[in-house]
Amino acid sequence: MNAPTTQAPTGAPVADRAPAGPPSPHDERPPRRRGHRRTPPALWVLLVPFLAMFAAFFIAPIVYAIVDSLFTQRSSGLGLGAPTTEFVFLGNYARALSDPSFLASLGRLVAFSAIEVPLMVATALTLALLLGAAAARAPRLFRVTYFMPYGVPGVIAALLWGFLYVPATSPVLQVLGAVGIDLQPLSSEAVLFAIANIALWGFAGYNMFILIAALDSIPSELYEAARIDGAGEWRIVWSIKLPLIRPSIVLITLFTIIGTLQLFVEPLVLRPLTTAISSDYTPNLAAYNQAFSQGDPHLAAAMAVIVAVLAFAFSALFLRIVNRKGNRAW
Amino acid sequence: MVTSTRPSTASRREASRGSVIAVNSVLALCSLYFLLPIAWVLVAATKSPGDLYSSFGLWFSDSPQAWQNLVALFTQDDGAFAVWVLNSVLYSGVGALVATVLATAAGYAFAKYAFPGRETLFWVILGGVLVPATVIALPLYFLLNAAELTGTYWSVLLPSMVSPFGVYLARIHANAAVPDEVVEAARIDGAGDLRIFGAIATRMMTPAIVTIFLFQFVTIWNNYLLPLVMLNDPRSFPITLGLTLWNSQTQRDPLFTQLVVTGSAVSVVLLVVLMVSLQRFWRADLTAGATKG
Repeated sequence: MNAPTTQAPTGAPVADRAPAGPPSPHDERPPRRRGHRRTPPALWVLLVPFLAMFAAFFIAPIVYAIVDSLFTQRSSGLGLGAPTTEFVFLGNYARALSDPSFLASLGRLVAFSAIEVPLMVATALTLALLLGAAAARAPRLFRVTYFMPYGVPGVIAALLWGFLYVPATSPVLQVLGAVGIDLQPLSSEAVLFAIANIALWGFAGYNMFILIAALDSIPSELYEAARIDGAGEWRIVWSIKLPLIRPSIVLITLFTIIGTLQLFVEPLVLRPLTTAISSDYTPNLAAYNQAFSQGDPHLAAAMAVIVAVLAFAFSALFLRIVNRKGNRAW
Repeated sequence: MVTSTRPSTASRREASRGSVIAVNSVLALCSLYFLLPIAWVLVAATKSPGDLYSSFGLWFSDSPQAWQNLVALFTQDDGAFAVWVLNSVLYSGVGALVATVLATAAGYAFAKYAFPGRETLFWVILGGVLVPATVIALPLYFLLNAAELTGTYWSVLLPSMVSPFGVYLARIHANAAVPDEVVEAARIDGAGDLRIFGAIATRMMTPAIVTIFLFQFVTIWNNYLLPLVMLNDPRSFPITLGLTLWNSQTQRDPLFTQLVVTGSAVSVVLLVVLMVSLQRFWRADLTAGATKG
């Protein structure tokens, strides 16, 4: 994420100079000015309501999940008396990670990410660049059209695509069938791509939108200068546009990685239509089932934490790769 | 939507005929892709349950019955669908409103006050954006269950009032749009800090505030997992949960399929109208770093 170029003038006592960049030691220093209160009460009035809500609905559940995942419930003896809660440390993690079907769901999730993330970023980037191309006519109209699916809830998108994946109701499959192409989006080989398509449809326009905003903020003088130097459209894309919108590309890639690891709704909605999707198709589905159908919230908590750790690991790995020296060049 | 401040008319005439055709063909094909499910559901919503399966999906059947389907949609289960729409509006409207107030105040505080641990705290909050929703939703159920809040409107409303991404946007925008001189001048004039925020800063931050509200509104509107986990009484369901409830009954009674189709069409129309009519307020440039302030 990038820092704004429009900055508060230097010398202002409470200026915030590096809002989204890496924290610099200068920002930590409280203002030292005669008569200036160090922590005015207004600060707490502004900050505490959000922090309290954040602590209650973000931090507390995460802590609860971590603690919960370290315990298990044992029914005593012959089921007489109340079940007892026992500390098992990493026992639930060991159980989850030695369960072949949970491992399979993790593998599926990684495969899904490997399909979805490049597909999403490439599509959003292509759309944004095409709309910014000199040859594009009616770019505003196209932009609204691509952005529209963002307003359709994932559940409803999955329901609609579900109809389009079943030959009985799908005009696409009917037309393809008429010309001899037999496509089965819900077969076990294709279903991951069918799910990837739903996510792509819903979010490509949204990601494109963020990229367009970044492209719009490039001063047009840069293009003019490049043209005077004899650069063609491709050259401008490669040498000016891509490097300058790099932070936004990184941002949408990160959001897409996090989004793909949460895969839940689409397989849940498509499940009645196909045998290719099991009740623990993704780790999130497995966790949900453990918590609410199988009655093992402790194992569910461990599964959820594993997904979170995976999300952080992938995000960190990705940021490491893009921030490595030498990769900065393009 | 993003206001393109620099129309590239100069470069536009340089494009050759060939590239105009190529680029616009690709753009048009992509439009077909993005419009396909929407076009399908709008057409399908006019059909009888039988025609849904027996007529071509992208054209109207011989006996369209859009009105009948709408009446069926709004009368099924004692008008449950209208209740779901109202619930969705309530969850999204109230949730997004409170989230916007909290995020704007916090973002402004991060931008305009230096305090120890500011950056650490900010990065913890930003980290909240990266936590998968399931990791929050499942344990939240058990927490709210202990507080006897599950099953109530509060169980969906309260968690929806927190928007870490909103704090990020508000901080960036407060930084760019509220000059420190203005804050200082108001202080010298004797205005209290809260007065400065409420009367001066919020006015300067209006574009960011609207954007935060819209992002959070759509996020809550589209949310499925949280209400799925929290709610059990269909009268408190939002549209997403309600439609999947009906969808789960299609095995038992195929007539529900048409209800799901018509319901989907109505909810798609609702949000598409909202998004297109408010498109000039979608300031994605804020997400890209607010270079225009």
